[in-house]
Formats: sequence, structure tokens, C-alpha cells
Amino acid sequence: MATAAETRKRTGKSRDTSVDQELLLQAYRDMLLIRRFEEKAGQLYGMGLIGGFCHLYIGQEAVVVGMQMALTPGDEVITSYRDHGHMLATGMDPRGVMAELTGRSGGYSHGKGGSMHMFSKEKNFFGGHGIVGAQVSLGTGLAFSNWYRSNDRVAVTYFGEGASNQGQVFESFNLAALMKLPVVYVIENNKYGMGTHVERASASRDLSKNGAPWSIPSIQVDGMDVVAVKEAGDQAVAHCRAGKGPFLIEAKTYRYRGHSMSDPARYRTREEIQTMRTQHDPIDGARHRLEALGVDESVFKQIDDEVKAQVQEAADFAQSSPEPDERELWTDVLLED
Amino acid sequence: MARKTMIEAIRDAMDVMMGRDDDVVVFGEDVGFFGGVFRATQGLQAKYGTRRCFDTPISELGIVGVAVGMAAYGLRPCVEIQFADYMYPAYDQIVSEAARLRYRSNGQFTCPLVVRMPTGGGIFGGQTHSQSPEALFTHVCGLKTVVPSNPADAKGLLIAAIEDPDPVIFLEPKRLYNGPFDGHHDRPVTPWSNHELGEVPEGHYVVPLGTSAIRREGSALTILAYGSMVHVAMTAAAETGVDAEIIDLRTLLPLDLHAIQASVRKTGRCVIVHEATLTSGFGAELSALVQETCFYHLEAPVVRVAGWDTPYPHAQEWDYFPGPGRVGRALLETMAA
Repeated sequence: MATAAETRKRTGKSRDTSVDQELLLQAYRDMLLIRRFEEKAGQLYGMGLIGGFCHLYIGQEAVVVGMQMALTPGDEVITSYRDHGHMLATGMDPRGVMAELTGRSGGYSHGKGGSMHMFSKEKNFFGGHGIVGAQVSLGTGLAFSNWYRSNDRVAVTYFGEGASNQGQVFESFNLAALMKLPVVYVIENNKYGMGTHVERASASRDLSKNGAPWSIPSIQVDGMDVVAVKEAGDQAVAHCRAGKGPFLIEAKTYRYRGHSMSDPARYRTREEIQTMRTQHDPIDGARHRLEALGVDESVFKQIDDEVKAQVQEAADFAQSSPEPDERELWTDVLLED
Repeated sequence: MARKTMIEAIRDAMDVMMGRDDDVVVFGEDVGFFGGVFRATQGLQAKYGTRRCFDTPISELGIVGVAVGMAAYGLRPCVEIQFADYMYPAYDQIVSEAARLRYRSNGQFTCPLVVRMPTGGGIFGGQTHSQSPEALFTHVCGLKTVVPSNPADAKGLLIAAIEDPDPVIFLEPKRLYNGPFDGHHDRPVTPWSNHELGEVPEGHYVVPLGTSAIRREGSALTILAYGSMVHVAMTAAAETGVDAEIIDLRTLLPLDLHAIQASVRKTGRCVIVHEATLTSGFGAELSALVQETCFYHLEAPVVRVAGWDTPYPHAQEWDYFPGPGRVGRALLETMAA
């Protein structure tokens, strides 16, 4: 299944062209895949087929899909533990992602990593990281490597508004600005770090300005609008590719589900969630745009059916893939002789 | 006396100390409004206000560093690191500042600080939510390290820790929060309400740091355990019929060496169990001490049963976890030696 980034490349649209119908349809499909995948993951969790931690991306789909549309294959992506959407957006196989959630040998980390810890060298996806904020320094190192290799790549480094207060985030900002490293920092501000509202954790009221001491240019964007995110991404990526150093995007978004599966969600009102779902849903938003462009109901139906089948196939694979062999416990601690 | 969970007992200890001493302040990620990810601080902010129980940004280095300053001034901070696995950014502050302030100021400044951390596995947390880093603390002179195994001890030990004039690392085995987990993950959980050590006295009492407890008297062999492994050891002894004397260390530093020596000199055999990885684990220290101080009483080599020397796996959690089967085999082998 082609991702939006691949479609863009194929159709030869330049980065500063606004999103056309074909690309928007692809974005719709990509977001829907994430949504349906996450819903299925939630179901499998409820059935006891997924254990431990599982952080769903539902509600935030436009951020990663919009950003991915601004990228070119080869650009690096790294993120936190709420990572399923990022993996699907980079074109990783939903079967391998779901099978990692169920801890099977067909999972991307052969069951060693689980929901939070998956990687794909093929897609330049540098993980899924369970320690809040740790990936921000790593992403800066990826950007250094692009600079060092003198290639044209950009390292997109995602983190939440909660992680944005970790000391190493600011250390990374300084280094990236100092060395003009091609890194796009994307703060996915979903308003809640676990159960703590951003205003109870951040003195900064405009996180897009958090790079200001180092003069890192930034945009604050509606993270529920895939086109707006894509356009912000285009600007950020162009800045990086021009050798001008890091760029910061704050995407204002929202997660509909709890922080993880065990979240009692008593820290926000039902009305707040309902308002976001009914008035700002990123998938509905894309669909309305497409309908306005005259896209027929049958097209949506076909996409819905295809995505549903794809997710079902991933779920089936994740349940039929064998448990990891006992020896797997001992592999990849260090390079084996 | 009421029966309580370990979480309730820990909350009770903080409540008692906040009530008695205005200098006790409690803070950490999600600790205030949300009441802690494991609910350890639920209700404390409502009772004592936001000055004394508050949320911090996600910034472990900042949490501990600020707490060291507060402690040096004379307050008694009791901070929570959400998972022991998140502690590493704060390790510098713990080692270089908290543990060393007394020595380098010639006793002018001290650090009466408690750092609480949920530790250990058993909840499918994978490698970033399951580790047992106690040996990283016991290796640092100037720190005390505590690992309770039940609600009654947890409360008395935490009160002792908060009253202690020096920094205390308080590791809470998260799998024990709601019941005395015996290592049989496929069996129903026994709640603390069915266990005599779920009896938690009201009000203020202390379990002195540096005192162990004999959980089972025996004559054939001594098991040294702490935290979750106390219950696993009890199960292994019952299942194998080995007349083991089981010592719950309760505090690793200061260590109740006297009790260890008395038991090993009586039984002549010693098995040491912990969840943490084997190599350079705290079991290595215990083994060396037993060898140094009980050598002429030993009838068999000292044996360690521990987590494998691998990162904590996700899917293969129960292959990693040293459950009653593995401990039981070690008991039988040590008896046969």
C-alpha cells in the first residue's frame, strides 16, 4: 500500500503545491488505516491478546500523516511510545506492527519490544522509545549524521508536550541550532501528559516558542488538519534542506483515548472529548474537503472496505504468528559469535 | 487494624508524615491532581494543598535536583519517579549530589530526601517499565536502599525513610501493589486482604532501616530475598518441601548482616534470589559477604537465582522472571550439593 509520501513522489508534485485530490485521498486512507488499526489494537487488548502498555494514537492521525506527506523516502523518523501511527505512516507493514503488539515472532522486534519499542531500518524508522523525551536527543544525532554525510535528508523528531520539558530537549535544541542540523522537531501537543494538563506542567504558554532562545524558527499548526500540517511540514523540511538548521512545529492535537489502556481519564470532561471528536476530527475534516471536491460516496466506501480488510489481515496475522522461540530471549543482547 | 493494599499503606505513610511534619513535601509527575500513576498519592493534594503535594513537569533530573536543594535547606522532600526505569536522567543528581553532600560539606549539609520508585516486572512493561536497578544504588556510598515486600513493612519503612537524615531510595515492587504475587502468573491474584501482612497499623510507626525479617523459619537452607522474590521464595519452599529459612532483607543498605550470618551459620546453605539481572547484581554482594563471613559453615556453594543477563523482554516476560520453578530447582540442587 503506497503511503502519501510515495504517492506524492509518483505524481511528481512539488513540495509547495497545495494538496490535490489524489493526495488528499491518500491522506484520508492513511489516517483511516491508523484509526482502524488502533481501534483493532484496543479490541485485541480488551480480549487479553495484547499485554502491558499500549498507547493509542486515535485523534492525532493528521499530525503524522500530514508530516509524512512533506517527507521524501530516506528521511528519518523517530518518536516516543505512542508510535503505532508513525510506523504505519512510514509504510511499515501493519501485520508486523500488530504482531509486535501481541508479542509474536512475526512482530518487528520478534516480541522483544512490544508496543513501545519497534523499528524499521528499511523505512528509516528509528523507533518507538519508552523513555519520555529520550528520542529527542537521538533525533538530533540522526540530523547530525545527515549533516556529516552531506546528504539531503531531514530527521523528523516527534515528542509530546509532556516530554518538551525534559532537560535533554533543550540541550538538543541548543546543539541543533549551534550546528545547524537538519532536524524538524514536532511537538504533538495533545494537551495531557498522562493525567496532567499542559498548563499544570509547562510555564511556556506557546510551546512553538520553546526554541526561541536558540532562534529556532517555528510554526504552531492545527494538528487536526492534515493539510495544514502538511504545509507546515513543507516549510520546515525546506528550511532544513536549505541548510538553515532546525525547525520546530507545534501541532495542536488531541487524543481521544486514555494515555494508555489503564487510564481512568478523570482529568478531563466527557464534553471536551466529544467536542473534539464531533467538531475537529481529522478524518472527518479530510472527508468533508474531499466531498466538497466532488468525491463520490462509493470512493469512501471502497477505501473503508480496503482499510478494514487490511487491518483484519493484520489482526489475523498477529494472532496466528507463533510465539517467539525460547532462544529469542538471548539473541541480540550483543553481537553473537 | 485495617487490611490495606501496599499502595494504600504507602499513601498512608506519606499522609501520616505530612500530617506530623510541615517540612514533608510530596511531588512528581502526575502526583498532585491525578494522584500518581499507581494512585500512591491520591487525595494528598486535596488534603494538604498544592504547596505540599504537586505535579511537576516530566523532568526527572529536575525533580531530584530540586529535591536535593530543598533537602539541603532542611525540608523533607519525598518525591516519586513514575517508574524506576525513568530514573536514569536523575542518576547524576542522586549520585553526585544527594549521596555526597554530607561528606563533602563535612556534615554541614545533609540530604534527608526520599526518592520513591515503582520497580520490577510482572506487568508486561517491557524493557523501559520493568527494570530492577537496586544495585545501581547499593553501589553508591551515601545512599540507603529500601525494598519492601508487603503493606505493613512498606508503611513503617517509608516513615523511617522520610524521618531518616540521609537520602533513601525507596523501591516499590509494582507487582506487589495489589497482592502478594507468588510468581505463578497464570493463577488468580491473591489480594492483600487475604494476607496477614496486609494488616497495616494506624498512625505513626517505624520499621527501622537495617532490620530484616524472617518470613519462614527453617533449618535446611537460607534464602536471602527482598521485594517480590520473598513471596516467590515462600512458594518455592512450599512446593519443593525444602525446609528453608527465608530472610526478607527489607533494606539492602544498611544491610542486616547479623541476621544473614546467624541463619547461614545455622543452615550451612544459602540461595540468593532477585529479579534484577545476575551479573553485578546485589546478589553478588550478598554472595561475597556470605562467603567472607560464613565460609567455614557452608556445606554447599552459595547459589544465585536472578533475572537473565538480558534486557527485560516484552513477550517473554515469564521466561525472564525467576519464578518458583527456577527458584525451586535451585533449592533442590543446593540441598543435593
